[in-house]
Amino acid sequence: MSIEIRNVGKRFGDFVALDDVTLEVETGSLTALLGPSGSGKSTLLRIVAGLERPDAGSVALDGEDVTARAPQARGIGFVFQHYAAFKHMTVRKNVAFGLEIRRRPKAEVAERVDELLHLVQLHGLADRYPAQLSGGQRQRMALARALAVEPSVLLLDEPFGALDARVRKELRVWLRRLHDEQDVTTVIVTHDQEEAMDVADRIALIHEGRIQQIGEPRELYDAPANDFVMTFFGPVVRTEGGLVRPHDLELSLDERPGASEAMVARVVHLGFEVRVDLLDGNGRAFSTQLTRDEEAELELERGQIVFVSPRNGSVGTPGLGVGEELVQ
Amino acid sequence: MLPIAAVVWESRANGAAGFWSVVSDSQAVSALELSLVCALIVAGINAATGTIIAWVLVRDDFRGKSLVNAIIDLPFALPTIVAGLTLIALYGPRSPVGIDVTDTRTAIVLALLFVTLPFVVRTVQPVLLELDTEMEEAARSLGAGEGTVFRRIVLPNILPGILSGVALAFARAVGEIGALILISGNLPFKTQVASVFIFLHIQSGDTAGASAIAVVLLAISFAVLLVIGAIRYFATRHEHAR
Repeated sequence: MSIEIRNVGKRFGDFVALDDVTLEVETGSLTALLGPSGSGKSTLLRIVAGLERPDAGSVALDGEDVTARAPQARGIGFVFQHYAAFKHMTVRKNVAFGLEIRRRPKAEVAERVDELLHLVQLHGLADRYPAQLSGGQRQRMALARALAVEPSVLLLDEPFGALDARVRKELRVWLRRLHDEQDVTTVIVTHDQEEAMDVADRIALIHEGRIQQIGEPRELYDAPANDFVMTFFGPVVRTEGGLVRPHDLELSLDERPGASEAMVARVVHLGFEVRVDLLDGNGRAFSTQLTRDEEAELELERGQIVFVSPRNGSVGTPGLGVGEELVQ
Repeated sequence: MLPIAAVVWESRANGAAGFWSVVSDSQAVSALELSLVCALIVAGINAATGTIIAWVLVRDDFRGKSLVNAIIDLPFALPTIVAGLTLIALYGPRSPVGIDVTDTRTAIVLALLFVTLPFVVRTVQPVLLELDTEMEEAARSLGAGEGTVFRRIVLPNILPGILSGVALAFARAVGEIGALILISGNLPFKTQVASVFIFLHIQSGDTAGASAIAVVLLAISFAVLLVIGAIRYFATRHEHAR
């Protein structure tokens, strides 16, 4: 099921959560709404779910306007950051909830629940209560519960945000596989750019209630629409012409046109990568990343003067010239 | 524990036969029955109204909400004899609203409702405040209507709070005397409750008889509280499952 969000606006008092947001999500795709906290991404997801009403604009599912429709009637599955487990029900009852209130025959419910519990690998814990599960298990239960009613749209609000890093990585690989196996359109909200790039086909980067850029993960990284997009995907160095990523700065021992002078403050070996901390002519600090081999060739030492220039074809924001003077 | 033990000790002063003759006396039985039935009715009404008041105080926003919230506790602050006087002024022979319930069982229930009002409100309110509203949103997104959300999600989670309040309200209603002694009229077989009956026995110097009735009242109340406790335990089994 496709999702079309048109000119959606939402305020909470004086705070503008969303400002004229338009976004289309293709049927069967996995889209990430990415942005820092407070950017409006969760609000947008909740508007799609019908849990929040937009002040302006419309939401359509498969071309049908559902802006005024109650969440009950939208046919969507929603997964919350803090699981929203029905704590007074067993795992089995939690997963069965959507089917039971639809008054499906008992045998059918039992069969479907068993199938889902196997899918999320919780079949051994069916009679436990949520309080007896780990965070990762609770979130898998919440996913099974959402999938039980066979939603055509699955919405996940920071689903792995409350989990530790290892479980988070496991679950996102698993979510991607689940999405590919199920016939579902998935939208995931996250503030973690690595998670978004790992799991999503498309990313919509949101900041201050506005969409900054929509595209495939690579597009956002390789052709950022503005400085915010560029800075959101990792560290950047500001040059006179614009922003450059540290690994796109080239160091040489000889002066060359377009290069600016800097002094080596520290050389840090990080395995395959070497980080070189530098001070520019005005004493401002910045760093570059080199491979181990590159560094070995230069034999950098503390206090040494080097010449810094952006590499050919390096990624920058539009209209970026080659920097002459480096400023952090 | 000691005061209760002392009451039990005192009640056996007239021997088993004396004990039995006091508590099987038809006026005593009638007073005990009236006390328990009224307390159960009051506890039941409180379960509903207390929950509704708590719900409005937690979930709704209106002008004067904090004032209403503060007023809820006033029945606790008022000496209950004053509460009784107030009720006579309001629902007595000179009622400004034209309702005279003095010397009726309605008067007993009204007086008990007034003095027990805060219990359920105050036990449900914190549970509702703590209740994760995302559970309700999750249920809605799964297709549950508002009625189903309340019945299957909200109610099971606030039920322990309701039951705690009901148990407190029941216990208070069974033992209440101050609010009743004036308005109930104390008519034997009609509006004489056990607490007032006991009070009259003490006044006439029959402490053993008073204690005997008190012991029966205690035993029945204890049984009711045990049942409420058992339901509460069952309703919170997910919390102590390990």
